[in-house]
Amino acid sequence: MRAIQYAAPSTVEDAVAILAEHGSDARMLAGGTDLIVQVREDARDTGVFVDAKKIPELMELSVNADGSTTLGAAVPCHQLYNDAHFTATYPAVTDAARIIGSTGIQGRASVGGNLCNSGPAGDTIPPLIVHSAVCNIAGPDGERTVAVEDFCTAPGRNVLADGELLVSLTLPKPPAGSGSHYLRFIPRNEMDIAVVGAGAWLQLDGETITAARTGLGAVAPTPLFVQAAGDALVGMTADEDAFAVAADIARDAASPIDDMRGTIAHRKQLSYVLTQRALRGAKARAQGGSPTNGH
Amino acid sequence: MAIDTRVAPKIKHHDEEYKVIGTRPIRHDGLEKVTGEARYGSDINLPGQLHGKVLRSPHAHARILSIDASRAQALDGVSAVITSADLPDPGDKLTTGGEAPGLPVKFKSANMLARGKVHYHGHAVAAVAATNQHIAAEALKLIDVEYEVLEPVLEVWDAMKPDAPVIIEDLYTAKADGTTAEEPSNVAAEMLYEVGDVDAGFAEADLVVDREFTFGVVHQGYIETHNATANWLKDGHLHVWCSSQGAFTIRQELADLLNHPITKIHVVPMEIGGGFGGKTTAYLEPLAALLSQQTGHPVKMAMDRADVLKATGPTPGGYVRVKMGVTNDGTITAGYANLAFDAGGYPGSVVGAGCRCVFAPYNMTNAKVEGFDVVVNKPKTHAYRAPGATHAEFASETVVDEICRTLDIDPVEFRLKNSAKEGDWQLAMPPYPRIGHIECMEAARDSAQWQTPLETAPGKKRGRGIASGFWFNIGFTSSVIAKLNSDGSVTLLEGSTDIGGTRTSVAMQFAETLGIAIEDVDPIVADTDSVGQTDVTGGSRVTFATGLAAHNAANDMKDQIAEGLADLWDVAADSITHADGTFSANGNSATVREAAGLLEEEGVFPIGKNTVTPTREGGAFAVHIADVEVDEETGKVEVLRYTAVQDAGVAIYPPYVEGQMQGGVVQGVGWALNEEYVYDDDGHLLNASLLDYRMPTALDVPNIETIIVEVPNPGHPYGVRGVGEVPIVPPPAAVANAIHDATGLRMSHLPMSPPRVQAALAAQA
Repeated sequence: MRAIQYAAPSTVEDAVAILAEHGSDARMLAGGTDLIVQVREDARDTGVFVDAKKIPELMELSVNADGSTTLGAAVPCHQLYNDAHFTATYPAVTDAARIIGSTGIQGRASVGGNLCNSGPAGDTIPPLIVHSAVCNIAGPDGERTVAVEDFCTAPGRNVLADGELLVSLTLPKPPAGSGSHYLRFIPRNEMDIAVVGAGAWLQLDGETITAARTGLGAVAPTPLFVQAAGDALVGMTADEDAFAVAADIARDAASPIDDMRGTIAHRKQLSYVLTQRALRGAKARAQGGSPTNGH
Repeated sequence: MAIDTRVAPKIKHHDEEYKVIGTRPIRHDGLEKVTGEARYGSDINLPGQLHGKVLRSPHAHARILSIDASRAQALDGVSAVITSADLPDPGDKLTTGGEAPGLPVKFKSANMLARGKVHYHGHAVAAVAATNQHIAAEALKLIDVEYEVLEPVLEVWDAMKPDAPVIIEDLYTAKADGTTAEEPSNVAAEMLYEVGDVDAGFAEADLVVDREFTFGVVHQGYIETHNATANWLKDGHLHVWCSSQGAFTIRQELADLLNHPITKIHVVPMEIGGGFGGKTTAYLEPLAALLSQQTGHPVKMAMDRADVLKATGPTPGGYVRVKMGVTNDGTITAGYANLAFDAGGYPGSVVGAGCRCVFAPYNMTNAKVEGFDVVVNKPKTHAYRAPGATHAEFASETVVDEICRTLDIDPVEFRLKNSAKEGDWQLAMPPYPRIGHIECMEAARDSAQWQTPLETAPGKKRGRGIASGFWFNIGFTSSVIAKLNSDGSVTLLEGSTDIGGTRTSVAMQFAETLGIAIEDVDPIVADTDSVGQTDVTGGSRVTFATGLAAHNAANDMKDQIAEGLADLWDVAADSITHADGTFSANGNSATVREAAGLLEEEGVFPIGKNTVTPTREGGAFAVHIADVEVDEETGKVEVLRYTAVQDAGVAIYPPYVEGQMQGGVVQGVGWALNEEYVYDDDGHLLNASLLDYRMPTALDVPNIETIIVEVPNPGHPYGVRGVGEVPIVPPPAAVANAIHDATGLRMSHLPMSPPRVQAALAAQA
């Protein structure tokens, strides 16, 4: 039998100290919807649970002077989709927040936790990538920032060193005329893990694409920033031909595996289809409408 | 949200009018279940109780070289560790009871705790009892098992090859001609059924369609996991509380497996959180009993979800070939079918039942059906709602649809023209009694869905499919003991675990016969010491057979009341008439309530009882219609609309019948589209969780429209046919035929999951 410890620091400093003291035996606990399940199933051996929810910086959701948003690492999903400004500004992120687990799970699960769990299929990560989010990390040696697409390093692994924690994410203010969308493919209609997930963000000048970012989940050891797809779109008219070009690039960028959740061939196909659909949705939002396809 | 209070359509083919039967009273177990007061196995906690856990094999096929439990036994808090060495040697004994009696007990015993070899990933190897679950879990890690890993055999077509590794070294095929094979193999049994001249029938045909189908393993997916608490007293009395589909079956299995007298075994059935055929046999009960015997304490055990998926009895994967011949005017001339089902790690699949059903909806004058029961390195398979019929009829109903398409014949007209009816041949059984396939097909044809053209949507591939289904149902033995209380109410003891609402449907038949209100009957599912022999809740038999016992017990009580009144009224008992719950003779009359009061004064307390083993269960037919939309880009299939039509004989409690129909459809749609066991090449089950074993959620099925058809079963006083199983049979074929209508694809594997549909679409393009 394993004795466990629970700590509830109220400052980032104290949390860093506890994490530094216990090294890999300690783990931040936000909603616990991944961590507690993993420990129960013997998939992770954690001795010290460090509760994130008593630290103000980790629970913060606020708009900064420059229009960017600070999203505390432990802010639960439901808070995002119940926040009109956040939903209007970063719709791809709320698309993801609405489909993680069940309503009950969304009351606990956080975007930061989803990112730190670093699963290849984490639904919020492609949306954060397309919104150019930056991770604010605190540790024994002070603070540092990492672009969200560089955060995950392998399934279940990320750039956080022992003693470090994710404090918050900074999401830049999207320019006018932009929109985003995230959707995933699951064989059922709820309560499932993405076979493939795709996010897209577009900025339009009239019908012309002036900036674009796309991301994919569950097709590589980490969520992917498909930079080439977005780059290819710049200067093109936002139509089906353009989306097909980007979708082709996304399919080529995907390097999925066969597993119990999907096959290589199916995931390749889905990378194409979902990128296309995410771009359509992003375009619709950029033009003030809403996506008409996909979940 | 508004509550849907519509009463679904019912189509009667009889003139009987009943007072209680066919009404919708409040269910007897409703309040306890919605308030959480109903007691399930996990609610049992006894003083001094220990907790048991099972060590399971990490390999699909391996020889056990040694088991060393000394480190576990030395752990503080551990009271006992058992292995197969602690189970008595069953010798050549055969099983009795359950759904499939007559199998060697040695196989069942080895499935409880592996004897010499493990036959599948998750096979129980040892069990421990400790003061709490955490210590028990820790102890499992301290049991050292040395394995010699062997090559696994996972699919029937591999297991049947002459050079396949033989899983059970002394298994000799029981051949269809009654002889036994001389060399051991993985084929436990062969079956052959024939009628007419199949070669001549195919020679007459203008069109022959011959197709092969394969199947993944699926689990029943009941939400309550298996559990058992046992208390073995010093005098040898063994008390067991468990979640099972039959307390008497568990008692018999405990007697067989533990070599313990049946009179000393007392099994208490707890409320059950789903079974669907998967709780018709013991898993934890014998282990908890042995651990209790060894420790002198009660021992409680419960499986987690992974245990349930890995190591209970899912229903088989396998292979079905169906070949049918027809003339150009759409008359079936011959049918041939070959079914090979995986039994799992030990013999005894449901292939025989599949054989019986494969051509059941049709009047077959020339047919040949072969079946093979094949041992593979997967969990020992078990019944799942019309076991074997879904596989078999997915194949035959897909072939029928192809025939209709090829000959351009309406699928309803084809089925009406060739339908089985009273007096037609039935495989391995006497000719059909009165059955309702034609009536179901007519009701389907006239249904709102069939009469409404499929709505098209731009850019969407939509299609409609129809399919028939048959399940034969079973009779077996049931008992009822009914006590007339002095206020005229009745306490009704029955032995059938109530899975589908049967305590109410049984009580309603009793009330109808005695002529009292349903509210005056209090039905109780009794333990093995308190009611007569009652076989497993399975084969859709309870409302039929236990209902018959209730009817007979009510008549017995009626006779006893009449005898009591005869003394009071000074008339001959046989001169007393009984109508609408009132006894009358010679100017005297008394309702049941009044009679109970009169008899109480005389010290007379009637007890009606009956034990019955009926054999005229009557078959059940269903016809289902599915509308689907196929996402051509992803391969995902959405069910848009669904109608289920079913012959219930007479629907005793219509809401339960509708619930069974809808529940069967949900499970059938899950099987059709997503559910399957996923194995790696070494035979490890990869998706032993409800996250990755994908059963449908509420968002995955539409409202299921139901139409009850009543063609009374002549083998039951109220015309009852079992209703619980047949509704799972048509959905995969109805969905497959709808997918074909939408896309032109013929899917030949279940499940028709998105990657498979997408791959088939890509191949088509």
